[in-house]
Amino acid sequence: MPETLVFYVLSGLAILASALVIGQRNPMYSVMLLIASFGALAGLYIQLDAPFVAVAQIIIYAGAIMVLFLFVVMLLNAPQEDAADWDRTHPLRQPGIARFGALLGLLLVVQLGWALMRASELDVPVAGRVDAETIGSVRQVGRVLFTDYMFAFEATSILILVAMVGAVVLARRETDQ
Amino acid sequence: MDSIDLRLLVQLGVIGLTFFMLINASALLVLAERKFMGFMQQRYGPYLVGPHGVLQPLADILKLLFKEELRPKGADKWLFTLAPILSVTAAFAAFATVPWGAETTLFGLLDEPIKLGVADVNVGVLVVFAITSMGVYGIVLAGWSSNSKYSLMGGLRASAQMISYELSYATALAAVIMLAGSLSLREVVDAQQGTWLGFLSRWYLFVQPVGFIIYIIAGVAETNRAPFDFPEAEQELVAGYNTEYSSVRFALFPQAEYINMVTMSGVATSLYLGGWHGLLPFYTPLDPLIEANGLGWLVFLAKVGGILFTYIWVRWTVPRYRYDQLMQFGWKWLFPASVINLIVTAALMLYVLNA
Amino acid sequence: MIPLSSYLIVSAILFAIGTAGVFLRRNLIVILLSIEIMLNAVNLSFVAFGRSLGNVDGQIIVFFVMTVAAAEAAVGLAIVIGLFRHRESLNPEAFTTLKW
Repeated sequence: MPETLVFYVLSGLAILASALVIGQRNPMYSVMLLIASFGALAGLYIQLDAPFVAVAQIIIYAGAIMVLFLFVVMLLNAPQEDAADWDRTHPLRQPGIARFGALLGLLLVVQLGWALMRASELDVPVAGRVDAETIGSVRQVGRVLFTDYMFAFEATSILILVAMVGAVVLARRETDQ
Repeated sequence: MDSIDLRLLVQLGVIGLTFFMLINASALLVLAERKFMGFMQQRYGPYLVGPHGVLQPLADILKLLFKEELRPKGADKWLFTLAPILSVTAAFAAFATVPWGAETTLFGLLDEPIKLGVADVNVGVLVVFAITSMGVYGIVLAGWSSNSKYSLMGGLRASAQMISYELSYATALAAVIMLAGSLSLREVVDAQQGTWLGFLSRWYLFVQPVGFIIYIIAGVAETNRAPFDFPEAEQELVAGYNTEYSSVRFALFPQAEYINMVTMSGVATSLYLGGWHGLLPFYTPLDPLIEANGLGWLVFLAKVGGILFTYIWVRWTVPRYRYDQLMQFGWKWLFPASVINLIVTAALMLYVLNA
Repeated sequence: MIPLSSYLIVSAILFAIGTAGVFLRRNLIVILLSIEIMLNAVNLSFVAFGRSLGNVDGQIIVFFVMTVAAAEAAVGLAIVIGLFRHRESLNPEAFTTLKW
């Protein structure tokens, strides 16, 4: 079935790219791989009949936030982590508490996986209840966003403003008066 | 052969034709640019290859193909190779949702009409916008991976410029989208069918003149062309982000630039100039004739050509700005103007049209 | 048809990768990237649940998450630049002055 194949390819790509983001040491490559991961996720959103979210994902995440990251990596000239440092701080090589923490993390992953496998009520086709037209239309998204979620929408605009001011204040170079 | 197969074949043919036309458009634009430049500077331009030099792009491409591919020693191998590919892919992909002709049955060949264009997506305008913003990465990576200060400066300038002007560009588009009530480019075009008062073509240009001007200016900045060609300002940066490139890799950057120009012009035509509806700003007896014979795509091509000519005209007429002037202009004039345009449009729609 | 649980498993794996990145990596920029991975994993499950329940609220939440992610990236990167100016390092181990 082509739909299932597309799902596996896209999710495989997203997982592989994300794993490589944290798996290799050049921050520049990390940023590029994360963009690839976001592209794959956008594909998954299209499959979930959310084309507007998919496009917003590309425009906002890949087109704006990642450019910001890229700029900072270029600006700081991207110091790579050296391998010795990596080894020294690896939790599995640390004595005591860090190793215990890693064990707990692994346990959480196993538990989550087990829970998801067991949950049979989640085993329903995702596109079951409504047709793609009603949920995928931009009109519908806009209507809900500007009526039910109006307050939250206005609040995020203030959040963005505050973040902008904060970023300018933090990144400004100290000048001697 | 049943009609489903035929339909698929025709659709594939349309996609292939679009691709082919885009490749040729970039070659044609190189020639047009040099010819018009020559004309404006009172000389002939390329004249030796072929009659009146029309085969010059072919000669250029052959020359570039046979050149040696160089890579600077300190360059990042993967990203240096990836950058031009990313640029040109984004440029081609951005055109995918631009429709270039009305629905047609190809003179009765098909039972049901087929849409001329690669894909008709219901968020078409946003897709163009999203993929264009991916094009920034090609240029930034080219600048960074070359390990050269000129390239790095060019890449940084390009990305700052494109991000700044993207805002004005998107805000200008939003006004038209509000008027049309759809994000699909095909529906926006079809909303412009017919005439006002019987003689004025129903183009959004007449409703959104400020938006059109903002769009065209931001479009010039987005495609990194003069007077906003800072990423490759020769006097300051040698050749900017493509300084270290040679051979085919180098050729891909100008190609991406020219295809981006075509996309910009195509979107401008669809949003402001009525796409394939209405050959001229006023009603002509030709209009119903064109609609009836399914020749709308010729009208579309003519309008795109007109905008492309304006691009070239501007490039060889206006001198380059200074970089801080560009940023000042973008943030202090163009962006406020586009926001005011959007608010005024929304207010008029709400209180006058009661839409 | 693809079941809802498939999307949730993908989302869980991505979230685990993001968490591992925050704990394992010793580069402030990559740590911020890992946070972005986690946010995206959550977005995926929001959209999948929304699709399955048949309302657009899931998609709306994603927009707010994106806004928060943008604000977080802007402020976080500004802090990273500020820290780098002080210590010439992106290793979080270098900033231990306030530790006792």
